[in-house]
Amino acid sequence: MARSGPPIRLLQNWPAKLAAAPMILTALVVFIGCSLWTVVHSFTNSRLLPRLDFVGLAQYERLWSTPRWQVSIENLAIYGICALVLTLAIGFLLAVLLDQKIRFEDGFRTIILFPYALSFIVTGVVWQWILNPDFGLQHIVRGMGFSGFSFDPLNDPNLVILALLAAGIWQGAGLTTVIMLAGLRGIDEDVWKASRVDGIPAWKTYLFIILPMMKPVFATCVVLISAGIIKLYDLVVALTRGGPGIASEVPAKYVYDYMFGNQNLGQGFAASTMMLAAVLAIIIPFALFRMGRKRHV
Amino acid sequence: MSDAAYPAAAAAPPRSAAPRGRLLDGPAGLVPTRRLSGKRIMIYGGLLIFSAYYLLPLWVMVMTSLKGMPEIRMGNIFAPPVEITFEPWVKAWSSACTGLNCDGLSRGFWNSVAIVIPATILSIAVAAVNGYALVNWRFRGSEVFFTILIFGAFIPYQVMIYPIVIILREIGLMGSVWGLVLVHVVFGMPIITLLFRNYFSSLPPELFKAARVDGAGFWGIFLRVLVPMSLPIFTVAVILQVTGIWNDFLFGVIYTRPESYPMTVQLNNIVNSVQGVREYNVNMAATLLTGLVPLTIYFLSGKLFVRGIAAGAVKG
Repeated sequence: MARSGPPIRLLQNWPAKLAAAPMILTALVVFIGCSLWTVVHSFTNSRLLPRLDFVGLAQYERLWSTPRWQVSIENLAIYGICALVLTLAIGFLLAVLLDQKIRFEDGFRTIILFPYALSFIVTGVVWQWILNPDFGLQHIVRGMGFSGFSFDPLNDPNLVILALLAAGIWQGAGLTTVIMLAGLRGIDEDVWKASRVDGIPAWKTYLFIILPMMKPVFATCVVLISAGIIKLYDLVVALTRGGPGIASEVPAKYVYDYMFGNQNLGQGFAASTMMLAAVLAIIIPFALFRMGRKRHV
Repeated sequence: MSDAAYPAAAAAPPRSAAPRGRLLDGPAGLVPTRRLSGKRIMIYGGLLIFSAYYLLPLWVMVMTSLKGMPEIRMGNIFAPPVEITFEPWVKAWSSACTGLNCDGLSRGFWNSVAIVIPATILSIAVAAVNGYALVNWRFRGSEVFFTILIFGAFIPYQVMIYPIVIILREIGLMGSVWGLVLVHVVFGMPIITLLFRNYFSSLPPELFKAARVDGAGFWGIFLRVLVPMSLPIFTVAVILQVTGIWNDFLFGVIYTRPESYPMTVQLNNIVNSVQGVREYNVNMAATLLTGLVPLTIYFLSGKLFVRGIAAGAVKG
């Protein structure tokens, strides 16, 4: 904008500024303000009500010595790594399968993506039923003659993560598939022509030529999947309620329970600040990577 | 393996098959029908196995919801009902019990409707205007605010939920439906603003300039020029917001009182309530009822749904 506008610069273009006020308020008050508020209060000993009575890192020391938090972090790490790898692998495999000039492509894509339209509560409740030890999968396999068969992840602390994975991937892999399919369709035609001329088999082309070219698509998927994993909450509430015992607790649930259930705000603030730190650890390298890429182009 | 795979790859028609006016680019005409090769069987086999994984839960849900409890106790969750009953659906809708009341999911359904409609309209109105200002009326710092907004989409909600409780309490909206609507407007803003910003910046700038020359102002251009030609993107935004807000659980449970809990919270309370005998058929009917609205939107909207999530994902 030219500098020769009205004398008061704040009033230049004022309808636009007014119209953007909700965005400015959201950015400053909620995203920055509320986050800082929580970070600051994580250094206090707030319990029932937030208080600015600073206790240094005491909440964090307590947090990291609480078994439930340790289990939550461990679960999130195991679930996160497995979900990330499996979702990427399944997403890429399905995208490649869908990309083979098949019939009913739209039909298959509709089937693969529909769980993504559902609430995690719905997903959790359905899988709770399928994995029900008395009526579900275990019951059916036993009925087929394998009477010794035992698969009861909802009541087995060692296997409960499998239940979360089955449900989480069921809901989320469709999105990755769709993004990867769009990525595959965006690959230059000439790459395929060249690889065909050179006589490289299709699977090798996918693995060694296309896959490296899809790095930006994978980066996007990794960020989206990771953001979803860190927020993992509804699914746990609906599928396992954190059980058996504390075997399937996750950080987001720890935050909610301490803030609204146990009236121990300080712990909730410290735990949520840890979640923020984890997200920043993923986002910042990604943002730098993208900025670096833009500069090179 | 490699020798066997090569002819199949070579026989595949040119991808994207865009006619580029080149006459001597291989045989013309329709692509010859492919015979069922081993490779094809593997492709379809793989897709069918995955489809089974995706469809079985839906199948189990429907079948269970149509059976009576005695049949469920004796039978197989995958088997279709011997005797079809709609009793579980009626009960789930009108008389299933949560810990607090026994008027079924209908209450949650209407609560969700009362939340989704204003939240969708408001969030889209606000975000569309934001996107428009960002593209056509840039001001000092507008891009900075937008960047914060986009980064904000990745902040875990858990970091912000408590201060928002305080804000809502201060402005007198804590516990009310309007408080929850405001929360949805705020958290829907990054993705929907991004959607509109990208769409508006793809329109030819001459349009805006011509309207400007004709003397139209900020709102005139927006309402009379841009909105009428943005129907597709509004549809995408509605799909995105209705499904997203309908499926929300966390905000509903925090910012509303039990009598105005949305359907997802109600569903969780019905299924996971500890008292009484567990009625799996009623639970499944309740689950289907809760999933019905987003599923209907999904199956009706088809490609627009994909476009919505892809627009958010690829640029994000």
